Order: sequence, then structure tokens, then C-alpha cells
Amino acid sequence: MTLLAPEQDVTAGSLHTKRLPAWAALATAVVALALSAALVLGTGIGNWVLVVVLGAVLYLIGFWLAANAVEGPRSARNRTWSALIHSACVLAILPLASVTWTLISNGINRLDGNFFLTSMNNIGARDANGGAYHAIVGTLEQVGIAALITIPLGVLGAIYLVEYGRGKLSLAIRFFVDVMTGIPSIVAGLFVLAFWVLIVSPLFNNGQPQYSGFAAALALSVLMLPTIVRSTEEMLRLVPAPLREGAYALGVPKWKTILRIVIPTALPGIVTGIMLSIARAAGETAPVLLVAGGTAAINFNPFENNQSSLSLFVFSQATDSSRFSPDRAWTAALTLVALVLILTIAAKLLARRNRLTR
Amino acid sequence: MAKRVEATNVNAYYGSFKAIEDVNIVVEPKTVTALIGPSGCGKSTFLRSINRMHEVLPNARVEGTLTLDQENIYDKHVDVTAVRRLIGMVFQRPNPFPTMSIFDNVVAGLKLNGVNKKAVLQEAAEKSLRSANLWDEVKDRLDKPGAGLSGGQQQRLCIARTIAVEPQVVLMDEPCSALDPISTLAIEDLIFKLKDRFTIIIVTHNMQQAARVSDRTAFFSIERTGDPGRLIEYDDTQKIFSNPSVKKTEDYITGRFG
Ligand SMILES: Nc1ncnc2c1ncn2[C@@H]1O[C@H](COP(=O)(O)OP(=O)(O)OP(=O)(O)O)[C@@H](O)[C@H]1O
Ligand SMILES: [Mg+2]
Repeated sequence: MTLLAPEQDVTAGSLHTKRLPAWAALATAVVALALSAALVLGTGIGNWVLVVVLGAVLYLIGFWLAANAVEGPRSARNRTWSALIHSACVLAILPLASVTWTLISNGINRLDGNFFLTSMNNIGARDANGGAYHAIVGTLEQVGIAALITIPLGVLGAIYLVEYGRGKLSLAIRFFVDVMTGIPSIVAGLFVLAFWVLIVSPLFNNGQPQYSGFAAALALSVLMLPTIVRSTEEMLRLVPAPLREGAYALGVPKWKTILRIVIPTALPGIVTGIMLSIARAAGETAPVLLVAGGTAAINFNPFENNQSSLSLFVFSQATDSSRFSPDRAWTAALTLVALVLILTIAAKLLARRNRLTR
Repeated sequence: MAKRVEATNVNAYYGSFKAIEDVNIVVEPKTVTALIGPSGCGKSTFLRSINRMHEVLPNARVEGTLTLDQENIYDKHVDVTAVRRLIGMVFQRPNPFPTMSIFDNVVAGLKLNGVNKKAVLQEAAEKSLRSANLWDEVKDRLDKPGAGLSGGQQQRLCIARTIAVEPQVVLMDEPCSALDPISTLAIEDLIFKLKDRFTIIIVTHNMQQAARVSDRTAFFSIERTGDPGRLIEYDDTQKIFSNPSVKKTEDYITGRFG
């Protein structure tokens, strides 16, 4: 007992300690804010942002002092850390809430049927309408094709790395996947421009290089593949070995164990990883601009001629001089976010459907 | 149904580390054999080499001959999955498949090996669950997840899963070590019942359990840490526990060692 600090010396009857009343936190906050407001605004050194920041700091100090005086140092440390963690959480959510709010409040102006049903074809600088139909088609086709290419490749690659890969080859693959993760999107775009648009596409087009949505899908694939491989690999590694052994012990072949035991167990995590990579790809602008070229008209064919995409549409509208284009850009951004959100929710629901309910 | 297991000069390695050396043992059909010995002496390693689970680990290998009714299971032309279908295994920790219902867990071995007839599966599930003394507890919730059962129930579920594929030999690695005395008793009863149909080899740290359930007992030990484990004595359980012929065995079962 004597080895413990006095505060930890639990002797009989000392289990009950004094607690700060529930209103203490609120009171401290009010006092801290008032003090900081008086200080900042009184001396005129800043605006309300500084008031809040200084107030938060004063609050932490004041609360620690109060808790220290009433409840003792251990409890005070505990309360200060909780307060710090809560403020970190608020700090992390604030930008997100702010982005959402900005998107919705600005995007609402053009959130009409016309926006979703028309393209920018023949829309001049003085025209108020015009929409993103062509861009939505482009995004869906490009991301869809990229997903069709990368999901099977990525998941199979991850299975190889986790279940079969031994030795130098798998080390090399893992290394290159890691390197690929760091490729800037513009480089992926340049790669596809040099390889597909300039060298391969002329073979199908009488020797003329041509932009296409498919080329954009290829560039997006380069970006998505490493993310999918890595996240799927992590998820597969989390499946406990005893589950695999349980299946082997029943005489189930390895490939069937992977297909019927390992993948279903890891499925929700794998889906999350895939959706993250799709969300990232849907927001890429540079590669689409480089290899799909962008267009104002609707083009359903991803294999021929220019296509646009939502992010490209946002970019072109935001840099346009027409006074109607900022509203279109905002609404397109809102549409993009909503699209990714809907896709993610749908994928999660699908992955969950097979899960048993307790 | 049941087959005879014979190990001749079996050595098992983890990389360059030799975990067991020169194990020679004959297990008769329809008997229960207990493997006992101090921790780290290679009981699990030996058990896992009987159904070729040892080689699942990277760099792990087995030398020597292990026969199942005269057929060497380590022969080049033998299909591992066929071996494992004949020699089932129950693990120390219950490992039901988390994405499957109780029913699917029990018939997993059949389903994943190509049996799809609903009626056949239904019958096999009920039969195995009855054999595993679990039917009455789960018959109303067969579509609920297997992971939602208690630890003891999960372990019996795993036993049901193992016997559903009708193996010849059932290996059990400390199947009761995570269970309460009542579940343990239920599983011991079960082992006694299963003896009519299967050859059973069980690893246990519980001397009373070994004495209660087994016909024959094998005592494994190691000299020092780092040495390979060896089979010290193998005899009728009665004899091992009343009048062992090796001093080391006596020391171990009377608690003077390990
Ligand atoms: N995966 C592994 N890799 C390397 N060495 C291992 C591995 N598993 C076991 N060993 C070693 O092999 C030896 C035998 O281990 P084993 O698990 O067979 O012992 P055991 O008799 O089952 O012990 P316990 O009663 O504690 O379960 C031990 O020295 C152990 O450290
Ligand atoms: Mg063991």
C-alpha cells in the first residue's frame, strides 16, 4: 500500500469520492467562453474563431483545475483526456459537416429535372438551363467499366497473395502494388494517354488516335487496383486460421474453402475497401480530362469519341465565365457525392443480406 | 466404419525444429486412445500429422509412415482431402463457421463436398446433431447462426459437423479445455457413444478424463525444452494409471512432474 501514491491508496471507506456536479462542465464552458470573448474582442486581436479556440483551451484548463480541486489528480487527468478526445472528434466532424452544408445549400439551386435530363449541348453563356446528363452517363460508364476490370483482378490478386503467394514472386507483387498505391492520378492518366490513346486506339480507328470513356476507365483502373488488392488482402488476413483449418479438416479442398468460408467471412470488409476505391475513382478529374477529353454532348458509347464525367463537369463549369455555371458545378458536385453515397449504402446492404441475423 | 491407424517412425518438423521423433503407435479400430503429456511435448503436432493438417503450416513437414488400414496416407499418390474426409478433427477452441447457420454448419462438410439433396442433408443434420447430444437444444433454431451458441454447444456443433461426413477416425485436440464440467461430461458421454462407430484419438491434460474415456493411453514427453517430443509409454489405460512400467510416466500421472 505504501508503494502507491496517496491518491491510489484505497483504504476502507474511501471508495466514495467527491464528484463534480453535472452542471460543472457547462458552467466552466460558459465562463471560459465569456472570458475568452472579453479578452479577444476587448483587445480587438481577432474574431469569433479565435474566441472559440481560446475558449476551448481555457475550458480545458479551467475544467482540469476544478476537477483537480474537487476530485483529485487522477480523476482530473481522466476528465481532461476525455474532453480532449471529444474535442478531437468534434474537430474531425466539423469540416465534414461544413462541406455537406456548403454542398447542399449551393447545390439546391439547380436541383431540378432539367439538370438531370439535359446535357450542355448547344447551351451558350447566356442560357440558364443545361444539365449534367452526359456527365452522369460518363461517370457511371467509366467507373462501372473500371470496377468490372479491377474487382475481379484485385480480389483474385489478394487471394493469391494471402493464400498461395510464397517467396520472391509474392514479395515482388506486394512491393509493386505498394508502389502503385502512390501513383498520382495525373501519371495514371498520362500512362493511358501514351499507351492506349496514342498507340492502341489508332489500331481500331483507321490510324487516328481517339479519346474514349474506356480509356478513362483504364486510367481509373490503374488507380483502383492497388487499393482493392491491399484492402482485400488485409481483410483476408483477418480471417482466423482455425476457420480455414476447420474446413480443411472436413476434407474441403483449399479453393472451395477460400470461396465458401474465407471470402464470405471477409465480405463486408472487402466491400468497404472496394467502395472506397470506387469513391476515389469517381472523384478523379485529371485522368478523365487527359484521355476522355470531355464533351458537352451525350455519348453513350464508352469506346468511341469524347465522354465527360461528373468531376470533369464540375471542373469545367467552375472555371466557366457564364454566370449560370457555378450553380451547375455545385449541383453536379452534390450529385457526385450522393451517387457515391447511394452506391456505398447499396453495396453494404448487399454484403449484409447474406449475413445471418442474431 | 472405423479403421486402424498405425504410425511408424514418425518425425514432424517445424522448419528445422524437430517437434516429435520416432513415434511408433498402433491404434485399433473402435477404441478411444488418449494422448497425455506435459505442454509442448508434441501431442498436438502428432495428432495433426495423423490427418495431414500439420503440413498446412508453412515449412512444416512429416517424415515416416502413417497408415490407415495398411494404406500410407503420406504416399505421393494420396489425395490430402480424401485423407481428411476419412480422418475428422475437432479443435481445442470451437470454430463454427461464422457466416453459416447451425444447420449449414453441421452439413458444411457434405455441402462443400458436393452433396446438395435437401432430404439427404436434412437427415444427416438431424442424425449428427442427435449423435452429438445437441439436437434437443437446437432443433427449434437451426436457421440461427452457429456462433450464437454457448461454448459447450459450439463444441458439440463442431463434433456434429465432424461426424456428419462419416469419417473413420475422429481426432480431438483438448476438446473440453474451454468448457465447464457439465459440457465436459456431455462430451465425454458422447465420446463413449461414438466409440461404437469411430476410432477416436483424444489429446487431454485432464488425467481423470483420460482415465474415464480411453481404452489405451499414450504418454509423450520431452527431455529438455528444444528437444523433440517422444512417445514414452503406450499401454492399456488401466495399466498406465495403476502400474506404469516407466518411472517417468508414473511421475507425470501422480503429479510429481510437468
Ligand atoms: N506453429 C509452430 N511453429 C513452430 N513451432 C511450433 C509450432 N507449433 C508448435 N511448435 C513447437 O512444437 C513443439 C510441440 O508443440 P505441440 O503444440 O505439439 O505441443 P503440445 O504437446 O500439444 O502442447 P500443449 O499441451 O501445450 O498443447 C513445441 O516445442 C512447440 O513450441
Ligand atoms: Mg496442444
